[in-house]
Amino acid sequence: MKALQIQGLKKTYGSGLQALRGIDLDVEEGDFFALLGPNGAGKSTTIGIITSLVRKTAGRISVFGHDLDSDIAAAKACIGIVPQEINFSQFETCMEIVLNQAGYYGIPRRLAEQRAEKYLDQLGLWDKRHTRSRTLSGGLKRRLMIARALVHEPRLLILDEPTAGVDVELRRSMWSFLSGLNLNGTTIVLTTHYLEEAENLCKNIAIINHGVIIENTSMKKLLGKLNTETLILDLNSKLEYPPEFTDCQTRLIDPYCLEVEIKKTAGLNTLFKEIEQLGIQVHSMRNKSNRLEELFMSLVDNKKQAVA
Amino acid sequence: MNFQKQCIAYQTMVVKEVGRFMRIWVQTLVPPAISMTLYFVIFGNLIGSRIGEMGGFTYMQYIAPGIIMMSIINNAYSNVVSSFFGAKFQKHIEEMLVSPIPNHLILAGYITGGVTRGLLVGLIVSIVALFFTELQVYSYTLMFGVVLFTSILFSLGGMINGIFAKKFDDISIIPTFILTPLTYLGGVFYSIDLLPEFWQKVSLFNPILYMVNAFRYGMLGVSDINVGYAFSMICLFTVALSVFCLFLLNRGTGIKQ
Repeated sequence: MKALQIQGLKKTYGSGLQALRGIDLDVEEGDFFALLGPNGAGKSTTIGIITSLVRKTAGRISVFGHDLDSDIAAAKACIGIVPQEINFSQFETCMEIVLNQAGYYGIPRRLAEQRAEKYLDQLGLWDKRHTRSRTLSGGLKRRLMIARALVHEPRLLILDEPTAGVDVELRRSMWSFLSGLNLNGTTIVLTTHYLEEAENLCKNIAIINHGVIIENTSMKKLLGKLNTETLILDLNSKLEYPPEFTDCQTRLIDPYCLEVEIKKTAGLNTLFKEIEQLGIQVHSMRNKSNRLEELFMSLVDNKKQAVA
Repeated sequence: MNFQKQCIAYQTMVVKEVGRFMRIWVQTLVPPAISMTLYFVIFGNLIGSRIGEMGGFTYMQYIAPGIIMMSIINNAYSNVVSSFFGAKFQKHIEEMLVSPIPNHLILAGYITGGVTRGLLVGLIVSIVALFFTELQVYSYTLMFGVVLFTSILFSLGGMINGIFAKKFDDISIIPTFILTPLTYLGGVFYSIDLLPEFWQKVSLFNPILYMVNAFRYGMLGVSDINVGYAFSMICLFTVALSVFCLFLLNRGTGIKQ
């Protein structure tokens, strides 16, 4: 079953800005889906329309088969949203915020309290349950928004840059929490600027730019399109200039650190042999981890050139 | 959303709205008690004693219903406008907009909050009035009917102001430049019989005149205008503003891009 189905979605703002130019997108039930794009590409507008915060100009959206126009209450009941900006009352406590949200979904008080305890505890906020939200740190505020979005146990969770401005430790604990949720059956749609995050978490991906989807495929297939791999070599001895290797591009990050971009078709044996021949002492080697970033940039750049 | 869930959602909104103004009671409940005490002391006691009777009652008795009604109007209005605009400003209105609550329930929740504060302040001011004069009731039904519909009407007014407001200035312009002058010129402190004929006719265009007089009739049994007509106007405006509010919410005016 499709968790989310978007057909011909268009949005033109009052200012005349055409934010979405006809988007078609399907997200399968159980998926962990990444929606990526540069700033102003249309990600937040798309999410805004799905969550009824933005009015669409044209198109259809259905959530688990419930049409957002004709069966809006059922569709909304399936969605949980973690927005990009903090949007809870600064004067309420964590517990009040989560319980109120449960109330808006018609969840009886006792059940709401049980769920609030469960999610506040899982997200490390139980000790802060009586704390006014304005006194929480940025990271805790983001976790509170996740707890609030989960209290009605939505089948589709939408996260709009949930880890923006969050430290590495907290980000990783959020990744682990979200992976667990997805394993338990919650479909997740994620937008993020941390492409490493999408690469680690998501099974499928769509890239949106200038209001159109320019790529919609599985993460595996997308990464398979990369025809180069980048290696970072830490050296024991200093290099004055980058050496030349067959089928490779090299760049000195500093005199003791060499970046080698090698074609996937070329074997590493040749590279190692040439390193040996030049007498370069390699202390350690690692993959550069921003593979998706490279691909993302090349897709967005290609589109820019096509538009130009 | 079935009926039971709608009841839970409505209850949640009401508890939140009432909790909001109760939490800041020093800002919401105390000031009207103090300012109305000053009205009773200055206009009712000091000046009123020199004015003598009005409509067959002491001046203090005559102005008491108007002062109570004025506090109900101001508080019902300001509760909804500040709460709704605050929710828009802090963006937590989105908590409701993303949920399955129908718009008529969102409206009902805010209006109930405004009516509750209006009635509570009305009760406080009535208690204050008892220290200065004797309050009598001519018709409980009319008195409560007028109070209820007037507080609903001005809560709706506050909601419309909150929907259109884009900055904090916008939520003080209407109370300062429209609501307060209309209230003061709405027969709170005088009978329009005291005015020249031209100004009596002009006063009839002031909707607050009808509310103050209908309420005064409920308490004292005297009014400058026909009470049946006044009550019908209040009900008519309440229905019209309810429909307009729902139209705005359904359209997403001021809350959806």
